[in-house]
Amino acid sequence: MTQASGIANEQTSTPLSSSKSITLRISRYNPEHDDSSKFMEFSVPYERWTTVLEAILEVKKHFDHSVAVRYSCRQATCGSCGMIINGKPRLACFTKISELNSNVVTVEPMNNFPIIRDLAVKFERLFDTHQKIKPYLIRDDTELTSDEKEFLQSPEEVEQYIQFANCIKCGLCNSACPTMATDSSFVGPQALAQAYRYVADSRDKGKDSRLKIIDDSHGIWRCHFAGSCSQVCPKGVDPAMGIQLLRGYLLGFRS
Amino acid sequence: MRESTIMKIHYGTALAAVALVAVHILMRLTQGFAESLEYESVLANYKFIPYAIMLELILILLSVHGFNGLRVILLELKQGRLYEKAVSYGCLAAMIALIAYGSRTIIMTNMGMV
Amino acid sequence: MPQDENKEGIGGMINPRRYGIERVAYLLMRLSGLGLLAYFIGHIYETSTILRGQVGWNEFLELTQTTEGHAILAIVIAMCVFHTVNGIRVMLGHGGVGVGKPARPDYPYDPASQNYRHKIGIYSAIVLAAVAMMYGLAVMFGE
Repeated sequence: MTQASGIANEQTSTPLSSSKSITLRISRYNPEHDDSSKFMEFSVPYERWTTVLEAILEVKKHFDHSVAVRYSCRQATCGSCGMIINGKPRLACFTKISELNSNVVTVEPMNNFPIIRDLAVKFERLFDTHQKIKPYLIRDDTELTSDEKEFLQSPEEVEQYIQFANCIKCGLCNSACPTMATDSSFVGPQALAQAYRYVADSRDKGKDSRLKIIDDSHGIWRCHFAGSCSQVCPKGVDPAMGIQLLRGYLLGFRS
Repeated sequence: MRESTIMKIHYGTALAAVALVAVHILMRLTQGFAESLEYESVLANYKFIPYAIMLELILILLSVHGFNGLRVILLELKQGRLYEKAVSYGCLAAMIALIAYGSRTIIMTNMGMV
Repeated sequence: MPQDENKEGIGGMINPRRYGIERVAYLLMRLSGLGLLAYFIGHIYETSTILRGQVGWNEFLELTQTTEGHAILAIVIAMCVFHTVNGIRVMLGHGGVGVGKPARPDYPYDPASQNYRHKIGIYSAIVLAAVAMMYGLAVMFGE
């Protein structure tokens, strides 16, 4: 365990003047040569608006540049910086240290995703399952002719799916899901919510083929409506709702 | 069988079992709990054909529901083609065995073979 | 479990502390289901002793009509009531009943599916299970 209590004496573009500081515990693990993960602790100053991602970047800048973390937009749009923060899956850029109400902030890689290194995880399976449910409009008339107009939708029709179109594929829902904790073959809440997004779209004609894909022994029926996915979603997608509405089609409650 | 069909059976057996088990429990309570468990009382229950049919239905419904529930939990715990087949067929075999064993009690007692 | 999959495992699946009462209900539903299946198998065996005649039946009945036997039966009653009430709630949810309607989400993005109707359903299941267990205890030990 490494203890670093002071800030290294180097030039920084963001001077740290805060008197408040937290202990940031970062999980370190390199599958290529480590047997298990270990935590490194850093004392990081913070302001009311400092996010966990900013704290991690401070560590990279001043203490240990080898900490692996994936990030991009820093505004909860790209879905890159999902991680376990104080035991719960959250976006590091969307979580302020001040709102955690703790002097110790522990960051770990997301559960149920293979670790690349430290806080960076592999997204291949999430993208594979996402692709599996055909995340695009399916129509018989795929070839548009030059005189054709766009597909019109009423605001009510848009309302049916727009919530689910907010998904940024951050993977937090898959990380929180109790079925994903043990079932490597489960499609997962992200993909199931996206299946509903397209099934509920009035322009789409691929309902039957999608329902067939998810009506599998590791498909939609392995969701038990625990709702953890919806509780951690940073974009208000509410995958649990989408999954139950989608299941309504298979149970004959919806057509 | 498609998973949706299996799960529809799962829900159906649950709802039907709730109604029948409620009757089964009420029978214990209306007779008085201790009295209802006396040998003669239980024997009379088994010999009353509508009640014996109800017990058989409860046996089938709960076995199907229970072992499918177990299958679901086991499928989620571990994956693999061989394991999943073993779980599915194992649960089916256990379900059939339990129904056969319970049916034996109901039929033999009903027919006075005690 | 292989480290490279980084799955939470059974410990993560059964951990009820992080995600509210819904996750507690999920755990209790599983435990009560397994408990009821175990009891059901035991009950089928127990009732089969009637084939051994009055002596066989009474011998086995003596084993179950004890303080421990009554306590186990009281737990079974609680599991049965919880599994039934929560099962109906989950079944309705699975059909899309009471999970809310899709709408443009507003910050702080409270999920509509995790609404008070389902929370009331879960608390009702727990309370009814406790009441039924008390009633069962009163019936069994009152005699």
